[in-house]
Amino acid sequence: MADTSWSTGLTTGPTAGVTDAPARHGSPTDQQSTIRPGVTPPATASVPVKPSTRNRKAGGAGRNGGGHVVRILLRLLVIGYLFFLVVWPVSLVVLRTFAPVNDTGGFDAFLTRISDPAFGYAFGLTLTAALWAVGLNAVFGLGISLLLVRYSFPGRRLLSALVDLPMSVSPVVVGLALVLAYSSNQGWFGPLLESLDWQIIFSTPGIVLATTFVSLPLVIREIVPVLQEIGTEQELAARSLGAGAVQTFLRITLPAIKWALVYGVVLSLARALGEFGAVKIVSQGASFNGETATLLVANRYGNFDEASAYAAAFLLVLIAITALVVVTILRPSKEHRS
Amino acid sequence: MSITVSQVNKNFGDFVALQDINLDIPTGQLTALLGPSGGGKSTLLRIIAGLENADSGSITISGREATHLPAQKRNVGFVFQHYAAFKHMTVAKNIAFGLEIRKLPKARIKEKVDSLLELVHLTQFAGRLPAQLSGGQRQRMALARALAIEPSVLLLDEPFGALDAKVRKELRDWLRRLHDEVHVTTLFVTHDQEEALEVADNIVVINQGRVEQVGTPDELYDQPANDFVLGFLGPVTEFQGRLVRPHDLEIFRIETPGSVAGRIVRSTRVGFEVRLEVQLQATPEAPPVNVVVTRGEARSLGLTVGGTVFLGLQPALV
Amino acid sequence: MKPDTLTRPAAAGLGLALLWFSILVLIPLAAIVLSSTAGGWQQFIGTITDPQTFAALRLTILQALGAALVNVVLGTAIAWVLVRDRFPGKAVLEVIIDIPFALPTIVAGLVLLSLYGPESPLGINVVNTQQGIFLALLFVTLPFVVRTVQPVLLELDQDVEEAAASLGASRFTTFRRVMLPALMPAITAGASLAFARAISEFGALVLISGNTPFVTEVASLKILKFIESDNRAAAASVALVLLVVSLAVLIALDILQRKVARRG
Repeated sequence: MADTSWSTGLTTGPTAGVTDAPARHGSPTDQQSTIRPGVTPPATASVPVKPSTRNRKAGGAGRNGGGHVVRILLRLLVIGYLFFLVVWPVSLVVLRTFAPVNDTGGFDAFLTRISDPAFGYAFGLTLTAALWAVGLNAVFGLGISLLLVRYSFPGRRLLSALVDLPMSVSPVVVGLALVLAYSSNQGWFGPLLESLDWQIIFSTPGIVLATTFVSLPLVIREIVPVLQEIGTEQELAARSLGAGAVQTFLRITLPAIKWALVYGVVLSLARALGEFGAVKIVSQGASFNGETATLLVANRYGNFDEASAYAAAFLLVLIAITALVVVTILRPSKEHRS
Repeated sequence: MSITVSQVNKNFGDFVALQDINLDIPTGQLTALLGPSGGGKSTLLRIIAGLENADSGSITISGREATHLPAQKRNVGFVFQHYAAFKHMTVAKNIAFGLEIRKLPKARIKEKVDSLLELVHLTQFAGRLPAQLSGGQRQRMALARALAIEPSVLLLDEPFGALDAKVRKELRDWLRRLHDEVHVTTLFVTHDQEEALEVADNIVVINQGRVEQVGTPDELYDQPANDFVLGFLGPVTEFQGRLVRPHDLEIFRIETPGSVAGRIVRSTRVGFEVRLEVQLQATPEAPPVNVVVTRGEARSLGLTVGGTVFLGLQPALV
Repeated sequence: MKPDTLTRPAAAGLGLALLWFSILVLIPLAAIVLSSTAGGWQQFIGTITDPQTFAALRLTILQALGAALVNVVLGTAIAWVLVRDRFPGKAVLEVIIDIPFALPTIVAGLVLLSLYGPESPLGINVVNTQQGIFLALLFVTLPFVVRTVQPVLLELDQDVEEAAASLGASRFTTFRRVMLPALMPAITAGASLAFARAISEFGALVLISGNTPFVTEVASLKILKFIESDNRAAAASVALVLLVVSLAVLIALDILQRKVARRG
């Protein structure tokens, strides 16, 4: 029973793209084509990825008979490639770690290996350097992100491009660069550092520097797009209500970028823990016995102590996969904006 | 008959999209599939185009059995609500696409594309990319692209839905005039009954997967088959236990045989119409009855809020 | 949302950030540039064109190109399957693809050696071969094209494919003429990133390459050799070449992104 109303049938109001069949169109959005990788590392940080709201159900499966065969073939190709390139090798490392070697076997052998004090030292050093790197990159990263997004100044675009630089530099080059600049002998700042009695290269600070360098862009590249998207409205509203700059930052800005920051920190951490090349070069000195976890793997393998190498590698694989899982869980929170 | 739909059914899981649809779409005419959102009209259109498969039933296009033909082979032109422009191709290349697939000679393609560009008034945009065009222009390009292959039928899925009101009206008129020139059997989906009434030669009203009524705009408006069609195609109001159009009620200042008394509780002037809400004395609890009169009538009868009036149905409808 | 001009505290912050950035990144990189040319342009050219060094650079670039190309094809295929296909366990694939990103490079080398090294259950040993290098590069560059193509593929509305079908195009023609051009920018970006990564790779190659001059010696390992023999100028020279190539890739990418953004 139609009620007496002035609506002329169903209205001709603005179409919100509501359609007949379930779950096909969403609201019309202009597609923004972007080339930035969806998940982790490298790429220049400019165009943010807009999640599409127009997701047609993928694949009218079976709509085209011939296409079905192609689909299966493609699937097999992909799974095969990934299996032989990634899955099998990684699982072998896991198995090897617990494989019996000579007289000792399995989990016990593993435990013996990792209770070697060198292990503790190596992982401790790795962790220390990583935490320093992540801390520095979080603090400075936050600052630089805010500067890049909220302010304009000459050279802003240049800075934005330079920030991405560390991701595309070879680790060996990073190490070499740091050595050339800060090594006590022959380094540019060598004499200065000597006079201050600061040993950077061939010492822990060098490792920290190298680790910080390689993981520098990760936090920034996560925060910048979020800052761009949320805009200044909320902050301006807070200011108009009397909040000072620091208050606004702590109570409005920071919570808004919380997940992006966490995401960036986890990525940085994973990167920092895994650095090898740069760290190897800055710790080449004879007097320095510092060995990070990654160096441990390389050195033990080189000394034919494969079992230890595998043990250390296993731990690193574990950490890497944990980081991956955490990041995968975090991603929906990151992309969900209130 | 250009398109014959026979006993078509379609379900999406538990959801019944189409139920026992039987339709004949007349050749050379502009037919509208009209109905509320979710009613099944787009699904039907896509089944006719070959972009979806019916669960049962058959489709015949221009006398050919098309039920199991893939979309590529049906020679139907399809225009999408959001244009589906090939973004990396120029307007001219977009229009030429279907012709290039058919491996027509280059000179012939150029000829056709040029004449189509002229038909849709996009000649000066030939070398532009779709992103540089307005929504209305993109849709005209999409139309030209669909017409290029000389389809036996032209299907449009809410073609003006993504455009704003003014452009929508313009394109609506333009589509009508285009059809008058080109005469290809056209079937378009819309939920806007004004659009259907204005543009179409025939209307098929579809609701909840079923055909409610088929007929010309006049037939549907004046002789609706049921309350749904009545309510969907135009304004309705309840009077003496039945649904009637507000402008079918007559309003008097004095009592006439068969009329009922009431009081004007609201008067809104919208342009040339005056819309009145009249509370009937007999039913003070019921919602007021809506009546439409012209400005002139309202003035000459002195209809103002609070005044007593008498309502009756137009003689033809009694 | 127009950015503001700098306030005083912001300017101070900028100064501090720039100082930190200089110390950490700019100065060391400048050191490379200057050290490599310290002995003059002639010496730089001499170092680069030394047969062994040149061979290393050539090998690096060719291998990187090859690996990038293979992963363009397979990466696009993987992205396709991830976006368009549906089967149980597909979500696991997503994690697998990111493993090369997350794994320390030295561990990547070890991982590959366990299946393709001296104790391989398949009986394949790629140590000290060019195939080994190629394999390692395939591994580390795997995610790049996938992750650049995936979001673009996701946003590609199926309307456009249906339009092509209604106009008579076969599935293959639709892919070739409609989808591939739309994906090209993303593929190119991914390929460029993969290439840049491949020429820089070190850790994964340390255990596999064997470092035989003219055969399996790559640029990054050559740099290490120079450092170990205390020939910093030569090391810096090779490093400079790698830097310049990486930079060129970055710039090309930036230009490409701008062009695409304009196309909408």
